[in-house]
Amino acid sequence: MTVYLFIILGVFAILSALMVVFTKNPIHSILYLVLTFFAIAGEYVLLNAQFLAIVNIIVYAGAIMVLFLFVVMLLNLNKETEPHKSILRQLIAVIAAGILLIVLVGSLKGADTMTIKPFAQNTGYIENLGQVLFKDFLLPFEVSAILFLAAMVGAVMLGKKDIK
Amino acid sequence: MDSNGPIDYLPIAITVLVAGGFVVTTMFVSNILGPKRKGKIKLDTFECGIESQGNARIPFSIKYFLAAILFVLFDVEVIFLYPWAVDFRKLGMDGFWEMISYMGVILIGFFYILKKGALKWDTD
Amino acid sequence: MTLSLFIIYKAVLVILVFLISLVIAMYSTYAERKVAAFMQDRIGPNRAGPFGLLQPVADGVKMFMKEEIIPQVSNKFLFILGPSVAMFTSCITGAVIPWGTSLHIAGHDFALQVTDINIGILYVMAVTSIGVYGIMIGGWASNNKYSLLGALRASSQMISYEVAMGLAIIALVMTTGTLSLKGIAAAQTGWHWNIVYQPLGFLIFIICAFAETNRTPFDLPESDSELIGGYHTEYSSMKLGFYLFAEYINMFISSAIMSTLYFGGYNMPFIGRLGLSPNTMAILGVVFLFAKIFFFIFFFMWVRWTIPRFRFDQLMNLGWKILIPLSIFNMAITGFIILVLHK
Repeated sequence: MTVYLFIILGVFAILSALMVVFTKNPIHSILYLVLTFFAIAGEYVLLNAQFLAIVNIIVYAGAIMVLFLFVVMLLNLNKETEPHKSILRQLIAVIAAGILLIVLVGSLKGADTMTIKPFAQNTGYIENLGQVLFKDFLLPFEVSAILFLAAMVGAVMLGKKDIK
Repeated sequence: MDSNGPIDYLPIAITVLVAGGFVVTTMFVSNILGPKRKGKIKLDTFECGIESQGNARIPFSIKYFLAAILFVLFDVEVIFLYPWAVDFRKLGMDGFWEMISYMGVILIGFFYILKKGALKWDTD
Repeated sequence: MTLSLFIIYKAVLVILVFLISLVIAMYSTYAERKVAAFMQDRIGPNRAGPFGLLQPVADGVKMFMKEEIIPQVSNKFLFILGPSVAMFTSCITGAVIPWGTSLHIAGHDFALQVTDINIGILYVMAVTSIGVYGIMIGGWASNNKYSLLGALRASSQMISYEVAMGLAIIALVMTTGTLSLKGIAAAQTGWHWNIVYQPLGFLIFIICAFAETNRTPFDLPESDSELIGGYHTEYSSMKLGFYLFAEYINMFISSAIMSTLYFGGYNMPFIGRLGLSPNTMAILGVVFLFAKIFFFIFFFMWVRWTIPRFRFDQLMNLGWKILIPLSIFNMAITGFIILVLHK
């Protein structure tokens, strides 16, 4: 039962991700992307990673997509659809996406040889996550604060022209 | 059932179905029940009552956008705090100092934002 | 409990919770007008039924029967999607609130909570953050400058106060050690209500709750004097009804969450000494929770008819420059006290 649900959610995620690319209206693209994130959150729940599922919704669907929506609204969208791109631009996009595909396939090729640990019922629980994050991965966590600092400075710099 | 597994989310799926069904049905029913007399002027944008000038696809202040970026940053930072807060007693004094140093760096960024006036809304 | 019994029981409970929130939201509109009338020395609605008690029903029927006007220049699909999302998100939050302990009937325990997930508070936060879309999409799709401004204001207000709200909840979680709303409610027996341990956190939380529900003094998204009707200027019939109704459901749900997080939920001091049977206790618990919720709903209305509206720069300053530093301070103090005094 769980497996079927997982497959259905996966297909749903892929279909809505495809719609993100194929739909003409940028606002619709964003909404399809939100749907994709919900499907992925559902998959996390089925894998018993409940904290990740809810973080996926809060951060991606609730915060980053709101930012995207702001950006799309900030652009002057007098036409309903995007302007048509030139052949050169399309070619560049295809090459860039193709390179990404090669990288992804290359990195996932070795994945099947990894030993799969037995599935523990409570791996994804927030209590266990805290223990791992604040004991084993303490340094990356503290370094992420510096990343945030850099991002804040960058954001202020971007908007600075308008402020004064 | 005290399982703490994916089965706990089944009632949420039921809630989503009930709420979604209600919303769709109500929209549909109110669409059927209401009268329909369309007219060119009636279907114009109301805006403020007088004839509207241009449309509303206009660029707006970048400050809204900046607030949204800063919100994303702070939201992610707050998410990191949840596992810490749940395990707060177990992590003890070490965990407390870890978080003080983490929040210290974040606060430096926060004061930088305030100092640069990125969140100043009363000037233009 | 077998799976089929589990599903049937949960479905019944879901529909019950859903209907109760709809009825309470309906009668909140009536109560709001009566409270306003009382405060302004008027009578309020008194035509439909005795004391005007049928007024919300009359309003609902009117919403159904009105003509739907979708402006020509608007984006039709998004125009309908906006109020639907607003209504939908406000309806699904009630799923994690513990309305009471559990009833023991015929050898089965029936928990008076739709579901107890161990990240309950985060579920509420997630649904709140999705709620922004309803207003933003609706305001933008209207293709009306005032609606756009209202939607922008609403979304930046909601996202700004979400940060302070999250930080206030973190201080609370530090004292409780769990994110499950059932666990938090169950820990507050006797006088151990969280308000005693987290007075500052509660103050921050209630201010943020007012901002998240777009209630006065934070009702800038629909400030009539400058933005006509704000983000729902172009809306009519049931779509307008959904926006207005969603606000009242949100008010009910946030009252329930405040009662559960800080005011003991279904607990009441000294009730354990009466020696009542567990089932009676559970039912009394529901009554106590609803008494607390009604108090908070009244508080929302009391504030609305007492305090004037903020200016937008004051609102953003309060959120970013006062509430966020204050909630970080609250976190530090909470952590320090827990570690030093309760070693």
